[in-house]
Amino acid sequence: MGLRGEAAIVGIAEWKPERRPTAPPMFTLEQWSQLTREALDDAGIDPSEVDGICCTNIRESDSFVPSTIAEYMGMQVNFAEVVDLGGASCAAMVWRAAAAIELGLCNVVVIGAPSWPSPRPPVAPSGPSSWRYGASSANYGSPQAEFDIPYGNVAQNCGYAQIAMKYGAEYGYDPEALAKIAVDQRVSANHNPSAVFHNVPITIEDVLNSPMISDPIHMLEIVMPCVGGAAIVVAGKDVARRSKHRPAWISGFGERVLHKTPTYAEDMLSTALIPAADQAFDMAGRSREEVDLISVYDCYTITVLMTIEDAGFCPRGEGQPFVREHDLSFMGDFPCNTHGGQLGFGQAGLAGGMSHITEGARQVMRRGEDHQVPDADVAFITGNGGLMSEQVALILEGD
Amino acid sequence: MAADTPQRPLPTPIDRTQPFWDGLRERQVRIQYSPSSGKWVFYPRSHAPLTLADDLEWRDISGEGTLYTYTIARRPTAPDFAGDEPQIIAVVELDEGPRLTSTLVNVNEGEIEVGMRVRPVFEDVPETETTLLRYEPAP
Repeated sequence: MGLRGEAAIVGIAEWKPERRPTAPPMFTLEQWSQLTREALDDAGIDPSEVDGICCTNIRESDSFVPSTIAEYMGMQVNFAEVVDLGGASCAAMVWRAAAAIELGLCNVVVIGAPSWPSPRPPVAPSGPSSWRYGASSANYGSPQAEFDIPYGNVAQNCGYAQIAMKYGAEYGYDPEALAKIAVDQRVSANHNPSAVFHNVPITIEDVLNSPMISDPIHMLEIVMPCVGGAAIVVAGKDVARRSKHRPAWISGFGERVLHKTPTYAEDMLSTALIPAADQAFDMAGRSREEVDLISVYDCYTITVLMTIEDAGFCPRGEGQPFVREHDLSFMGDFPCNTHGGQLGFGQAGLAGGMSHITEGARQVMRRGEDHQVPDADVAFITGNGGLMSEQVALILEGD
Repeated sequence: MAADTPQRPLPTPIDRTQPFWDGLRERQVRIQYSPSSGKWVFYPRSHAPLTLADDLEWRDISGEGTLYTYTIARRPTAPDFAGDEPQIIAVVELDEGPRLTSTLVNVNEGEIEVGMRVRPVFEDVPETETTLLRYEPAP
């Protein structure tokens, strides 16, 4: 069952994340067009060959999103997909694109993650912003609106902090080990000119001395919100073979979705990644030992710690000593988030989640430049949405 | 009214959930139970989770439980909560099994421990019909 590894990531467009935009706002449809063009140029594929698009929401339309994008770009597609899995969306789009290609539905799929500010309308829309409470829905009839938001359990910091606190109660909490994740990833960011924290080294003391935001999570353990944007091209075997770069073949995936709010998790410490990672490795026929680097969602340091455990790189509850014993930088013995992770590279909305895919692909394509892992052939990637509850695992491989 | 005036978000009960909120007003925790699966359910739903049985009935419980986890938000979790920090945002596991979101009151930060016993505190929100379910350490 599963993929045969006959679709590959062949082209990448990625705008450098910025804390404050240095260029004017752009409509999402305009970003789609520009990012698609850049990603196709990177692959050496003509726009006329595109026959699939995967997208999430766009500012200009609440529904009929793929057709709106296809019409704007003048494309006629056989595969039109909207994915709504938060930070897992981009990874989820990658396997959907690969599956559609292997089914023979299409041959060249563009996956877009435009995350640049859009122009504001001349007259402000009435009513409260739907993002007033982050990812928590305040809509009438929403369980979160009634049972979580009134108590302040909104957005992301609170839930991840509750998970980290539970982790500490179960396994003990080693703040220095958690801080080291941010520090090691920053080493890689310092070798990546595209990272928002390029040339800004930090120490474990810096992390532990940064303000406590939501116990036990410090400010430097939380991603920096940025603007940016990214897109990739996924293509079938024949197109991949004539593209410009070494293809990054998509050989395995897993996906698991559990809940929206961690309060209602069956077990707050048993993440959706456990079955997703097992499926990805089984499908690819790879072992954990064969992985050259991991590129895993890192909205917080606790996310990385639990990902290392739940993906099976060390036993559950032993992530903290594992992190202490390994160098997670691109030069280390367990390269993790070699672009700096979103903690070091910056989180440009949806493009933040895409950065784990672009980096995994770049490494396998051997385009990592100053932060290349030598001879990288197998990359393990995750997307994480909601609060550890929407998980996608991917395996990318070189030839 | 200025659009950015902080205003605490309050629940808007729906018909399905009204008995829970009425219970809090009466100083009673009332949740759903599914006889066919023998399971308690929170938050209130139309069908029992997993079995999708439509036999959910309302029953009164003590409301007591243990602290499953918590965090202390040093910055407001949303602009509407400005001034409430530090917010001690808790997940309480009811003795019947289900968990709920709440906040801890009448407690010093140093006394909070995952696994501690907690009991309900009914907080009437002034000038509204709403009673919120907060928690405090049980003696």
